[in-house]
Amino acid sequence: MHLAYPAVLSALLFCTGLYGVLARRNAILVLMSVELMLNAVNLNLVAFDVWLSRTAEETLHSGQALTLFTIAIAAAEIGIGLAIVLAVYRNRGTSDIDRLRDSAEGPENHPDDGSDSDAPTADPAVRAGKAEATA
Amino acid sequence: MTLAATAAHLAPDTTAAAGSHGLLVTTAAESHGFLSPTGVEIAFLLVGLVTFGAAIVTVTTKQLVHAALWLVVTLGGLAVEYLLLTAEFIAWVQVLIYVGSVVVLLLFGLMLTKAPIGRSPDADSGNRWAALTVAVAAAGALVWVVVDAFRTTWIDLDGPAAGSTEATGASLFQNWVLPFEALSVLLLAALVGAIVLSRKTKAETSSPHVNSRAATGGSPSVPDSRNHPIGRNEPTEGTASAEGTASVQGTASAEGTTSAEQEGAR
Repeated sequence: MHLAYPAVLSALLFCTGLYGVLARRNAILVLMSVELMLNAVNLNLVAFDVWLSRTAEETLHSGQALTLFTIAIAAAEIGIGLAIVLAVYRNRGTSDIDRLRDSAEGPENHPDDGSDSDAPTADPAVRAGKAEATA
Repeated sequence: MTLAATAAHLAPDTTAAAGSHGLLVTTAAESHGFLSPTGVEIAFLLVGLVTFGAAIVTVTTKQLVHAALWLVVTLGGLAVEYLLLTAEFIAWVQVLIYVGSVVVLLLFGLMLTKAPIGRSPDADSGNRWAALTVAVAAAGALVWVVVDAFRTTWIDLDGPAAGSTEATGASLFQNWVLPFEALSVLLLAALVGAIVLSRKTKAETSSPHVNSRAATGGSPSVPDSRNHPIGRNEPTEGTASAEGTASVQGTASAEGTTSAEQEGAR
């Protein structure tokens, strides 16, 4: 098999994931795009491992071992990432990345700072109302 | 291309005895043509088109749940590509972990953040065209460089599989034991981290008596707390417990699969 087939497919998948990371607004969709990028790297690792295990005298199978490690780390990453996204959703009431601008700086953010700070301030009020209703 | 072919013709049969790197590459270049793809290449190309198309739909669709389901198609297509590259163990690990656990976790996350089921018009942010420009430029550069670099390189797929379970397990437990054990420690740390992330916010949001009473909602002291329509405020209590279960389940399944790898490799 020509080595360019898996390499080109891997590059295209990586750039698809790159577009998703930059263009998506929901945090979980961004995590999906990160998974796409990790899978593109895995495909590259496997293809080059198969090529090198035949061509060179490479007996470590480093590509496949690193692919296994990448898959395990990606599983851990998606668990932690979803836990963080759900914690943010619980505190802010949204998982929309464009509205999580607390660490943003610069004067251009101040005009819509009021509308941005509406959601975090409105949400505890709603929750306090719910808590009082429960009590 | 023609240079490689003539070089391969000039050195016809000494390559098997020589066995060096460059001569094996020219031998592979001799037996393959650039414009006459083999059956494996055609299959790889077709599955790759399906995978790439599913990836495009994953990052562009407006329906969030459909994005997760198209991600299944992408990951399954990649598993087929691993099989075509004779890396069968990686292919089954891909099916087990990605299709089995990661996508389920993503669907759990979509469900717990109350993602809209139907078409949501604000799935893409405003910088879509900048993102498209960056992605197309990166794709062009990467594809150009990769094709230019590996124009005369072929993978030899004949012979025993390079990624069979026996070969992968032997190399993993002969040469990669220490990273493997470190990875198990990392999975344990991720498990503990997911639990801490889930429990700390739960302890914060549980105000003195309200949510503790809601947590023991079945107790007879508060008989009406369950019947109250907004008494079950799900962002605090229900999501906390369900999310804790989801993340713990995800990392536990990842770790379980790693131990399954461990036993399968033996």
